[in-house]
Amino acid sequence: MSAETAICGRYDCRETFAKTLEALAETDERIVAVVNDSVGSSKLVGFQKRFPDRLINVGIAEQTMVGVGAGLANGGKTPFVSAAACFLTARALEQIKADVAYTKTNVKLCGMSSGVAYGELGPTHHSIEDFAWLRLLPNLTIIAPSDRWETAEAIKAAAATEGPFFLRLSRMPVPDLKRPAGATFRVGAAETLRDGRDAAIIANGVMVSRALEAAEQLAASGLNVRVVNMASIAPLDVEAIGAAAATGAIVTVEEHSVRGGLGGAVAEVIATSCPCRVRILGFPGFLPTGSPEFLLERFGLTATGIAAAVREIVGARKAA
Amino acid sequence: MSTSHPLAELTRAKARQIRRRALGMVYRAKQGHPGGDMSVADILATLYFGALRVDPANPNDPKRDRFILSKGHCTGALYATLAERGFIPIESLDTYMQPLSLLNGHPNRNYTPGVETNTGPLGHGVPVAIGVAIAGQIDRADYRVFVVVGDGELQEGSNWEAALTAGHRGLANLTLIIDRNGLQQGARTEDTAKLEPLADKWRAFGWDVVEVDGHDHDALLAIFTAPAGGRSKPLCVIAHTHKGQGVSFMRDQVFWHHGALSQSQYELALQEIG
Repeated sequence: MSAETAICGRYDCRETFAKTLEALAETDERIVAVVNDSVGSSKLVGFQKRFPDRLINVGIAEQTMVGVGAGLANGGKTPFVSAAACFLTARALEQIKADVAYTKTNVKLCGMSSGVAYGELGPTHHSIEDFAWLRLLPNLTIIAPSDRWETAEAIKAAAATEGPFFLRLSRMPVPDLKRPAGATFRVGAAETLRDGRDAAIIANGVMVSRALEAAEQLAASGLNVRVVNMASIAPLDVEAIGAAAATGAIVTVEEHSVRGGLGGAVAEVIATSCPCRVRILGFPGFLPTGSPEFLLERFGLTATGIAAAVREIVGARKAA
Repeated sequence: MSTSHPLAELTRAKARQIRRRALGMVYRAKQGHPGGDMSVADILATLYFGALRVDPANPNDPKRDRFILSKGHCTGALYATLAERGFIPIESLDTYMQPLSLLNGHPNRNYTPGVETNTGPLGHGVPVAIGVAIAGQIDRADYRVFVVVGDGELQEGSNWEAALTAGHRGLANLTLIIDRNGLQQGARTEDTAKLEPLADKWRAFGWDVVEVDGHDHDALLAIFTAPAGGRSKPLCVIAHTHKGQGVSFMRDQVFWHHGALSQSQYELALQEIG
């Protein structure tokens, strides 16, 4: 087993993805992987060595990759279709709609290096629209895990649950989050990582650790902020959003466009059933070049940026 | 001229019935794709009544042969075939495209037994068929996978991505049938984005190619029932057909890609089909 990449206690969850998939494939022969020349970038070199017949590389052909995944599911397999999120979701969107979501095939789409993981490569390689265009598709479960534990749990849940999944995975190193002993992962259930009554931060993916840091900063200045990890965008935990709304102010944080993603999903619930102030943090549109960290900082997606947004929204509520 | 196949008499009778029922569906629905329904009818009849190992009582049998209609707009012919073969009730055909009918204008696996994948947008069937064929190879299963595309549909690039993959993997359990009626929605394929030399293209992508009169039941049956065991490549069957085959006023007429029939047209068509 390869040593996991650790940068100051932060980990690249693709390695957890690959390790978990290999372990599942060991006992479940239905599990296969489908890639578009993305064996290395999906960290599936080990899987390929162990299960050479069960790693299907269709070449650089995303539409065929997703269609082949649907066909493998028809043939009784559990395909994990793994490719850079930007190409998987945009290039093959109609296959995801028709062959996977509408046909309801047991395909597990794994969008690797999502968000701005490919920061310097520019907007063609950023995947900050995927929540928006996939969230519209019925039958498709969408999960953005926050760390190694949740990545492993999400993959196990996807393998164990019949039906279409989209797992939004990152290569951006993240720390292991502190969770109470016995924490469990449930598809469609949000996780309250920190309680608080002054406001709520709802985040997912690589933003959850930053949201927790923001809550620490705010606690030091006397604001008790709830932090909700909303890894599942679909199905959505409407109850958890209602509980967050009871604090009177919500800040959503995602490594995604501010339109149509986690913030959009939360806003749809808030606007129709539990009105409260909402700030949506994310990216405004096509982004300039820069490292992932640079882009997060530039657009306020840091602990400090999130804390500032919370102070602002709480101040506005008090002033009203 | 092919030799007479023992099942050809049956499949010809089934094809007539499929054409009659499909036209009835289009007539009642006042819409549909009758031109393509008529061109593919003989292919469907020979597959479903002469070649496919499928069981309407067990439509999800893992060992079944798979059939995918990638040109999903030709549901008139597909549903008529599935009804004739016993997958869906004959009476259900009367609901074709009516409000809330399970028989949508394009096939839906979740509503209609016998449908393998939801098609409608073109260029989707071949990749899915390849996926099933790969699953069969991994499992060393002996089922076969058949997929029908329209010729105009081949202008979709996804087919050619898929062609590369199938050729590369030598999927001998896969048979692609091209309904080569020469017409697409608006004009002749060769006046739109030409496909010829079509056989050379598939050979260049690593496929075996056979050309056949797509209305000759003896020839179609001979191809579809030939054992795949001797081959090491996927098979592309270029079935030369006529849009609107069997109905004089529709035959080779681009106008009949989609449309409704008047009562007199419907009656004349039934007379001609016999």
